[in-house]
Amino acid sequence: MSGARLEIIERNCKGCSICVEFCPKNVLEMDVFLVTVPRPEDCIKCMQCELLCPDFAIKVHDE
Amino acid sequence: MAKKVALLQGNEACAQGALYAGCTFFGGYPITPSTEVAEVLSVELPKIGGKFIQMEDEIAAMASVIGASLTGAKAITATSGPGVSLKQELIGYACIAEVPCVIINVMRGGPSTGMPTGPGQSDVMQAMWGTHGDHAAIALVPDSCQEIFSETVRAFNLAEKYRMPVQVLYDEIVGHMRERIEFPEPGELEVFDREAPGVGPEDYKPYDSTKGQVPPLAAFGSEYKYHVTGLNKADDGFPTTKASLVDAEERRQIDKVLDNIADIESYEEYLTEDADVVIWAYGSTSRSARYAVNELRKEGIKAGLFRPITLWPFPEKRTAELAKQAKAIVVAEMNLGQMVLEVERVAKGNCVVVHEGRVDGDPLNPGQIMTKVKEVL
Amino acid sequence: MAYDYEKSIRPGKLPHIWCPGCGHGIVMKGLIRAMDTCELDRKNTAIVSGIGCASRLPGYLDACTLHTAHGRAAAFATGVKMAKPEMNVICCGGDGDGTAIGGNHFIHACRRNIDMTYVLMNNYIYGMTGGQFSPCTPTGDLASTTPYGNPDPIFDISKLAIGAGATFVARTTAAHPREIDKLIVKGIQHKGMAIIEVIDDCPTTYGRRNKFRSVIDMMKRLKAEAVPIKAAAKMTAEQLEGKFLTGVLFEDTEKPEYTAQYANVIKKAQGA
Repeated sequence: MSGARLEIIERNCKGCSICVEFCPKNVLEMDVFLVTVPRPEDCIKCMQCELLCPDFAIKVHDE
Repeated sequence: MAKKVALLQGNEACAQGALYAGCTFFGGYPITPSTEVAEVLSVELPKIGGKFIQMEDEIAAMASVIGASLTGAKAITATSGPGVSLKQELIGYACIAEVPCVIINVMRGGPSTGMPTGPGQSDVMQAMWGTHGDHAAIALVPDSCQEIFSETVRAFNLAEKYRMPVQVLYDEIVGHMRERIEFPEPGELEVFDREAPGVGPEDYKPYDSTKGQVPPLAAFGSEYKYHVTGLNKADDGFPTTKASLVDAEERRQIDKVLDNIADIESYEEYLTEDADVVIWAYGSTSRSARYAVNELRKEGIKAGLFRPITLWPFPEKRTAELAKQAKAIVVAEMNLGQMVLEVERVAKGNCVVVHEGRVDGDPLNPGQIMTKVKEVL
Repeated sequence: MAYDYEKSIRPGKLPHIWCPGCGHGIVMKGLIRAMDTCELDRKNTAIVSGIGCASRLPGYLDACTLHTAHGRAAAFATGVKMAKPEMNVICCGGDGDGTAIGGNHFIHACRRNIDMTYVLMNNYIYGMTGGQFSPCTPTGDLASTTPYGNPDPIFDISKLAIGAGATFVARTTAAHPREIDKLIVKGIQHKGMAIIEVIDDCPTTYGRRNKFRSVIDMMKRLKAEAVPIKAAAKMTAEQLEGKFLTGVLFEDTEKPEYTAQYANVIKKAQGA
């Protein structure tokens, strides 16, 4: 599954890692205190990361 | 047409004054000796589509009044000393957030429960210094039922005009005394409505003082969305810790009162022109003082009465002038020495300042005042 | 796809003040989605809070927002709603604010059944002041003022609300984001006092003192301890030990709403 673009709003990210932990497809990774998206092609657009991000720092876009 | 007259209790006159001023919201909690204000408004407000709510406690009553005022309603609460003590934090909130409201304090003694059915004038310092932090205060002290009516109207006017809480303090004697009241015709007394924002919702800042010391307050539920907080805030209403902004806002909120004393101040003088001794008294005590002045004059003593109607801001200028003119000022009040401290402060030693007080639940009587005057001369 | 939260947030207000991993942001997102679902006109919506971390929420939202004094949200909100019943009124705040210093206002707002939606974020602690125990800190747990373990019993906020007379009471957690907006929507649509208790996490002042090594530990705890009320019906008391129920816990559509009652008072007073 693909067609997803994950936008990280770096200014808002506080590095809590909730999105990384609860992503069922291991799309995300922490780079110390900032989330990164090494495997966007694995995203199934379940929205868990966006819903659970307390900091308005991640958005899942349809491409 | 003859004016409508009625025999009203002070508390009833207060409620009628509130209605005349356009009050549409009362939030309160039962406390002696103020309850008749609530009782009358519980009858009258729904008749005009207004709202009366008896809240769960004094604090909630004050909160409801501030909340209602933010929607544009003219809002009032009535209480007594213990209730004002409980309300103090939120009176400070209304000061810093600049929300107009009127607080009636029908005074009894204290501290604590004191003598709930007896009169007192021991909340007069509380009216100025009761809440924490720096702020200005406006407090009015009527001495008759007619004046309770008109001062309640004026309290609303000042609250709306200066966007702040205004307290009306009268003691249990005036609160429960019945006197003939003449109802003013509509339009006879000034009724001031708060200024509407001069800008559209996009440009509105609730604390923008560039056009005047008192920024217009928009109503919740109109076209305006804005933020209100008890934190120190910038002109847009949002919290700030920026020193220069905090300092400027705090000073503006005090200056809006102190720069407009001429508009806010009100007092009455009786035979002070040639007075050697001035009795400085307010509320029901001033009625004893007036009697004392007449009796003393009969005995050849040049006595006069100075009666503040606006107690806060303190009538500094006139009190200082009288201190220069008179040999003595006798401050008569039903407490053990409160406003006398202010009189001493502004008299600056230019005359003798003495206090005559009483806290046993009986009124301060003319004889007591006369004795004190004779002692001091 | 990507939800447009930004249109509901005041420009320049993000990032917010909450600590990394604090669930209040998740709740705020849920509240935004719920207000959008209900198509609440923000000009006609008052969002009222007290003091504390959770009470900073209204400041971010583009509406008529009122950040009051500690514990007093429900009382201020009652004044707003009474004076202008046509306004939508939402309260939000924390467990200490709502049930300790504000407990009296909370229960009486429930008793009146005044039409508002109160989103109460229960993170078991006073966060803003540095982690003192609240009426919701579990007995035995550590807080900065319970160094030997908390001797106090707790309030069950939802039960308190039901007992006090609220007519819609629901509970979920910060780890169940879709349920947050679902329940708030129901609360907003409900005519009367709606309490939405969101069990939340405070990793900074509660978690680290109480054996939660990370934010993730805390979120997993929320998922593990939450039992949907329907599922609970089939579980034994033993299985429910240490769990809490989620979903709509109570609903009463019969009890009259307060401002409607007062409208009747007005009619009577006017002789209608």
